[in-house]
Amino acid sequence: MSIDKDKIKHVSKLARISVDEKKIEHLTKDLSSIFKFIEQLNELNTDKVEPLSSILNEPLRSRKDEINDGKIRDKILENSPKKNEEFFVVPKVIE
Amino acid sequence: MADLTKKSLTEIVSLIKKKEIKSEEVTNLFIKNIKNDKKLNSFITNCNEHAVKKAKKFDKNPKLDTLLPGIPIAVKDLFCTEGVKTTAGSKMLDNFIPNYESTITKNLWNEGAFLLGKLNCDEYAMGSSNETSFFGNVMNPVAENTVPGGSSGGSASALAADLTPTTIGTDTGGSIRQPASFTGTVGLKPTYGLCSRWGIVAFASSLDQAGPMTKTVEDCALMLEAMAGFDEKDSTSIKKKKENYSKNLTYNIKGLKIGIPKEYRVDGMPKEIDKLWENGKKILKESGAEIIDISLPNTKYALPTYYIVAPAEASSNLARYDGVKYGFRSNKGTNLIEMYENTRSEGFGDEVKRRILIGTHVLSSGYYDAYYIKAQKVRQLIKNDFDESFKKVDAILTPSTPSAAFKIGEKKNDPISMYLNDIFTVPVNLAGIPAISIPAGTDNNNYPLGLQFIGKTLDEQKLLNIAFAVEKKINFKQNLNRWWEK
Amino acid sequence: MVGKVMTREKGKYLIEGEKGKWEVVIGLEVHAQVSSNSKLFSGSSTKFGAEPNTQVSLVDSAFPGMLPVINEFCVQQAIKTGLGLNAKINSYSVFDRKNYFYADLPQGYQISQYKNPIVGEGKITLDLPNGTKTIGIERLHLEQDAGKSIHDLDPSNTYVDLNRSGVALMEIVSKPDLSSPDEVNAYIKKLRSIMKYLGTCDGNMQEGSLRADVNVSVRKEGNKELGTRCEIKNVNSIKFMQMAIIYEAQRQVELLEAGKSIDQETRLFDTKKNETRSMRSKEDAHDYRYFPDPDLLPLNLNKELIENIKKNLPELPDQKKERFINDYSLTAYEANVLVSEKEISDYFEEVVKTSDIKLAKNWIIGDLFALLNEKNISISQSPVTAKKMSQLIDSISSGVISGRTAKEVFEIMKESGEDPNKIIERKGLQQKSDPKELEKIIEKILTENNDKVEQYKSGKDKLFGFFVGQVMKISGGKANPQLVNQILKNKLKK
Repeated sequence: MSIDKDKIKHVSKLARISVDEKKIEHLTKDLSSIFKFIEQLNELNTDKVEPLSSILNEPLRSRKDEINDGKIRDKILENSPKKNEEFFVVPKVIE
Repeated sequence: MADLTKKSLTEIVSLIKKKEIKSEEVTNLFIKNIKNDKKLNSFITNCNEHAVKKAKKFDKNPKLDTLLPGIPIAVKDLFCTEGVKTTAGSKMLDNFIPNYESTITKNLWNEGAFLLGKLNCDEYAMGSSNETSFFGNVMNPVAENTVPGGSSGGSASALAADLTPTTIGTDTGGSIRQPASFTGTVGLKPTYGLCSRWGIVAFASSLDQAGPMTKTVEDCALMLEAMAGFDEKDSTSIKKKKENYSKNLTYNIKGLKIGIPKEYRVDGMPKEIDKLWENGKKILKESGAEIIDISLPNTKYALPTYYIVAPAEASSNLARYDGVKYGFRSNKGTNLIEMYENTRSEGFGDEVKRRILIGTHVLSSGYYDAYYIKAQKVRQLIKNDFDESFKKVDAILTPSTPSAAFKIGEKKNDPISMYLNDIFTVPVNLAGIPAISIPAGTDNNNYPLGLQFIGKTLDEQKLLNIAFAVEKKINFKQNLNRWWEK
Repeated sequence: MVGKVMTREKGKYLIEGEKGKWEVVIGLEVHAQVSSNSKLFSGSSTKFGAEPNTQVSLVDSAFPGMLPVINEFCVQQAIKTGLGLNAKINSYSVFDRKNYFYADLPQGYQISQYKNPIVGEGKITLDLPNGTKTIGIERLHLEQDAGKSIHDLDPSNTYVDLNRSGVALMEIVSKPDLSSPDEVNAYIKKLRSIMKYLGTCDGNMQEGSLRADVNVSVRKEGNKELGTRCEIKNVNSIKFMQMAIIYEAQRQVELLEAGKSIDQETRLFDTKKNETRSMRSKEDAHDYRYFPDPDLLPLNLNKELIENIKKNLPELPDQKKERFINDYSLTAYEANVLVSEKEISDYFEEVVKTSDIKLAKNWIIGDLFALLNEKNISISQSPVTAKKMSQLIDSISSGVISGRTAKEVFEIMKESGEDPNKIIERKGLQQKSDPKELEKIIEKILTENNDKVEQYKSGKDKLFGFFVGQVMKISGGKANPQLVNQILKNKLKK
């Protein structure tokens, strides 16, 4: 499975990162070598192995259905690059 | 007490407890050293005023029945600190001031410590040389133009240069142990789930673990005791009662079985490392431990596995940095999607973007089974290897890194050779088990080298005891010429 | 679009194309908000209608280092719903991340369940005009809701409110077993009713507690293979679902008959234009990259928990229907109507606790339902409460008023909610049930109409009604009709 420019363009679209045309060549080279390295795993036969589902041997802990958070609008909005008194503000969504 | 800053944390704590020195004096001495940080560049944010204020407050009414009474501590800038800028070494969070405190730092402050500053690190903890930080390279106090390792490079450098009496880092694939090894300090990566992840900027959730970085093993035990503990806000936190690692620390390791994995002998490894390893075995034998050859057959697949799992999780963890709620937002672009793409392109550095793209690809439709599932299967095999070994041995001894610190820029343009730096540390994160690196010797440049002890789940006490015993016999002394102060 | 002719043949819904008849195949993915105080992974409130961004925690707004901790009640609600759908509860399930970017998705991913949902296959029985039909349930899983993007408050910006962000949803996926807009109506209503009986979702479609993605495909009548489907996203009323299905099925038939093929895609229903349109622009960027959320561990449910919830399940519509038929001798139709909503069945049971069953069912299904329809209110808002309905019915059965007078009383109750006994008394509507008084009136009438009495006795039976009418006229409608009949019969025999 080789990495080419189109693949990188597709993946960067998915990741919402615009990639500079000038850098794409270099990036392709880097990622190709990394994937070549990663694909060493193909030497291993893992047909009978179950994928690891959790590194901890613990049950999932849960909490009670209690309201003990929220009502901190100022804190929530404080760090936003663009906001008004009530909302986060983002550029118009174009569907 | 001119060289108080060179003393161990344990010694400083003891002086404060005996009221032989005040917290304010201690704090000011470290602040004096921090003023010479320019060349090292280990700090991103200084909290001098805050620290002095806290020290004075402590001295007014000293509460001495805590683990870290009146101790100023600088921490890796990956821990969210209330009211203090937290950047994760990224432009993306250059202006981010959390209004909450991470569980780990809160635990430290509850034990009497206070914040001295925020330490440089690789961007989002992605790197092995601290060269990916938006805030510039960090230099190793050991030698000019040498990397301190990464990603907790600022932490290691500040500690080794006596800018903080102790520090904390995070370790996803070696980010505590490798810089500890490069700077001649002690670093512990605890069992996954022992230290809460709440409030730490996430890199790879199933691998990230915070841990102490200290000058001595004794300090390390003390710090772990202060940090560790169950946190109901972290679903992966282990519910268990607190342990007194420092009180229970002992040199007695008689009868312990230590495994030597043959797969950790890699091609091209410097002779000094082999010598170091042999010396470690010798010391263990002298201490009454038994050396046993073991095999961890899937070791060579750990790095490729790591470079699937970690980027996959990172690609998702870093999706929240979109310019909407906090942090950097690009002003280029007219609609939401353009805003996202420009924000993330300008806000993230090259290595972070590279890993997000790798992670996005390995999870994408048509590749998921071949990469992600395959990696999780191999991860299971790697974990099984350790499980099998720990049926025969109490701990495993390996070198911490395949080389000593390298020059800045030396590996920057070759990601694979950079990644290979973590070859001995990564398997431990994949298996979720604890490991400690202690300074054990030097290479032919006189750069420090570390030995790593790997233990089974929640066996930190045993690891600390082994490290304690070996540390004593090695008696590693580092004589820094303090070039950065000149 | 030129409308195709729909036909219903023996309950079957078909589209008459130019080149034959087509069946419609429909599957629904219903998103039901779990009734809970706090969110799925945080302690913020789920209450509807709060000020923007006031029910948001650091977890809901995805601040760095924030971690999810699951709400045990939401898990129990999902199990309960699963059991109510006769479904398999999976003792092992996994929370996955569904990755995509959107302004109202602060994490950049939604925590959902993909490969291992908490509930597996189940079924729902629908009561349709031609009998019952079983609809398969594919799965039910828990997931987080997103926030809300508001596009119309500012010409150049979108506003984001995260109050809903992280609220627990159950996604209930049906098999493609539905074949008409009417069945979709019945399915949604039944599903909503089951969840309301269980108390796991309030089913309020106006507040967005229940929405659905509708999968539609068509195939030639009798064809067994499924056609290519389109998914119509996020439709929030039954009426719109039906309109969207009708439009979409016709669109597909037209394409197929013109020799074109259907693209499997996501479409949006435009309620103003009454048409569906492609959202393909979005589709390209959608590769959700599901993977297990490393911030959470797999969810293991122990048997006792499931058994315990099972033991404490309330009576569900199907069981209640069965009981109503047996205990109250209702027809299947009557029982169906009365159990369709829990509040209705509660109302009925309260009335029949003290009052006549036959009268109760007729009054509730007839007059009360007409009232609710007319005023467009729910039974809980009815001015005629169960208690007052009981009193009204009791005054009929005890002969205080006639059925006809009762209708008059009901008309007044409908508007004022007044106590029926008070109305009867105030208006003096009590029946004349004193036999002596009635006998007097009857005798007078018979004497005045001697000729008609003769005619009746010689075989003109129809005249009986005339005599009854005269009695009612004179008594002002208050004479007890049964008593009148009885006395008249006696008198005319002589």
